[in-house]
Amino acid sequence: MSIRFSYGGDEHIFGEVSEAMSLASFFTGLSMINAVRAAQIPGVIETCPANASFQVKFDPDRISPADLLAELKSFEVEAAKSDQTLATRIIELPVYFQDPWTHEVEMRFRERHQDPNATDLEYSARINGYATIEEFVAAYAGQPWFVSMVGFVAGLPFLYQLVEQKKQIQAPKYLRPRTDTPKLTVGHGGCFSAIYSVRGAGGYQMYGVTPAPIYDPTRQVRYLSEEMCLFKPGDIVKYRPQTRDEYDATLEQIAANAWEPTIRACDFSLTDFNRDMAGTNARLMEALNGN
Amino acid sequence: MAIKVISPGLSTSVQDLGRPGYYHLGIPEGGGMDRFATMVANLLVGNPEGAAVLEATFMGPELEFTQDAVVAVTGGDLPPKVNGVEQPTWESFAVKAGDRLSFGFLKGGARAYIAVSGGIDVPVVLGSRSTYVLGALGGYQGRVLKAGDALPVGQGAGVAGRSLPADLRRAQPAAIELRMLPGLYWHRITEAAGKRFFEDTWKVAPEADRIGYRFRGGHPLEFVAREQPFGAGSDPSNIVDACYPYGSIQVPSGTEPIVLHRDAVSGGGYMMLGVVISADMDRIAQLQPHTPAQFVPVTMDQALAARADNRALFDRARAHLAG
Repeated sequence: MSIRFSYGGDEHIFGEVSEAMSLASFFTGLSMINAVRAAQIPGVIETCPANASFQVKFDPDRISPADLLAELKSFEVEAAKSDQTLATRIIELPVYFQDPWTHEVEMRFRERHQDPNATDLEYSARINGYATIEEFVAAYAGQPWFVSMVGFVAGLPFLYQLVEQKKQIQAPKYLRPRTDTPKLTVGHGGCFSAIYSVRGAGGYQMYGVTPAPIYDPTRQVRYLSEEMCLFKPGDIVKYRPQTRDEYDATLEQIAANAWEPTIRACDFSLTDFNRDMAGTNARLMEALNGN
Repeated sequence: MAIKVISPGLSTSVQDLGRPGYYHLGIPEGGGMDRFATMVANLLVGNPEGAAVLEATFMGPELEFTQDAVVAVTGGDLPPKVNGVEQPTWESFAVKAGDRLSFGFLKGGARAYIAVSGGIDVPVVLGSRSTYVLGALGGYQGRVLKAGDALPVGQGAGVAGRSLPADLRRAQPAAIELRMLPGLYWHRITEAAGKRFFEDTWKVAPEADRIGYRFRGGHPLEFVAREQPFGAGSDPSNIVDACYPYGSIQVPSGTEPIVLHRDAVSGGGYMMLGVVISADMDRIAQLQPHTPAQFVPVTMDQALAARADNRALFDRARAHLAG
């Protein structure tokens, strides 16, 4: 596997590890970005890991594009050999699926959807072979997810479910993007789950909302006082379905700034995961729920 | 001292030269869309070139000054008035306590930059005073200005009557050629589609803001047939969500190109044809809806030469204003 490099104008170099999504590609991209950061190359301004690619922004007045490209290529062999393990954390996030707010927005943009006669959940359950929404939600929230990219807008995580590829839930984006998505919507596009950190445009199918802020530019939310964005690439997330009453109760606690998500340290090894997915996920859940 | 906002205009926000370093979290660089105009406006009023200014889109605000100040307006041709008396653009002028600064109709370009001696002194957030509206971050309360806002202004020492000669100003053309470096996912479209993309005359669509400029009127793209990669989504314009460079040209569903600008969304799932060169980013900021535009492919060497020309223009402007 070799990285496809491209200049992105005169200020960016873009590297695509693979066209298709895989955790192996994510890890290679992250290793490339870590190598760039460690090298502290003068003229490099921003380094962004993505799902199966990455991007480096630079000042061509300080480093020539060709020199930077050569330097990035020199990291490639090492990055492909990296041990693909992370000391990371698992975060439990409550989600109220089938909520009234995403439903209302869905109905307003029905003509932009593949199946105007079904809800996003009904449609997604059907095309993924689930008989009911309940079974679909059980699969969605049953296994943990891996944050493979943060971006689009401030603090929005893209999440890849830690299950074998044939069990991955897939759904197309809306035919034409909506101009509105409720804040903190849990959505899905391609094989990715996403949590919309702010209200705004969006094209992902909408399944529910979390009461938990994941981005706070004012840093007043107690668990966002240090970093205004909750998620970073490599985080592991477990959704926990909530009822309306539980959702309302969590919102009240959040309003009083008395709530925070359960966050536990954990390790993740891609080799171990590929060898034994069920066992790896069971250990992740122990890390989350154990004492 | 402060500036009272009597009326905000259409979309006026506090901007400086931006906050690089947080794009990996989805927080864009931001800053004045027309960086040349931002920097020159500051130099005209005796500020450091990266001080915070007001960026007014299409329509100027009406502002009341509570103390004497020196002001300069650059960028789009938006004529300033003090108590109704027209003032020059690209030239500093004095404003007295109690005076009202207002604007006539836009005569060219799209965005004017209003610098005040001392700079707009809103709090620095993540290294910048720029407003990132989508993330409610920075600027004045994370949003565009509203009537009744009171903008703090720093200590300044500007003088009236400093001006930039006409040959150092940027003209606002009636049509534009946007130079781009083809790349990224260019290989996803057919050769014929690529040829048509450059031949077509596009027009700036009304959906044009700090996030990006949309263009319409050209032929839809024809994609090279392939089985979509796992995780990308089913439309041929879909990719596995990746980073979006500033200036990148994405084409959702292959129909209307969108050039991302300083408040870019940092990534997403649409293929990109390449990136507008850094030297032409300022010019996009001054495009009005319906302006005809053509995309022109250039090489990296040409892009770097254009960048150097841009830099040279600013260096001449700075040297002139330092003298």
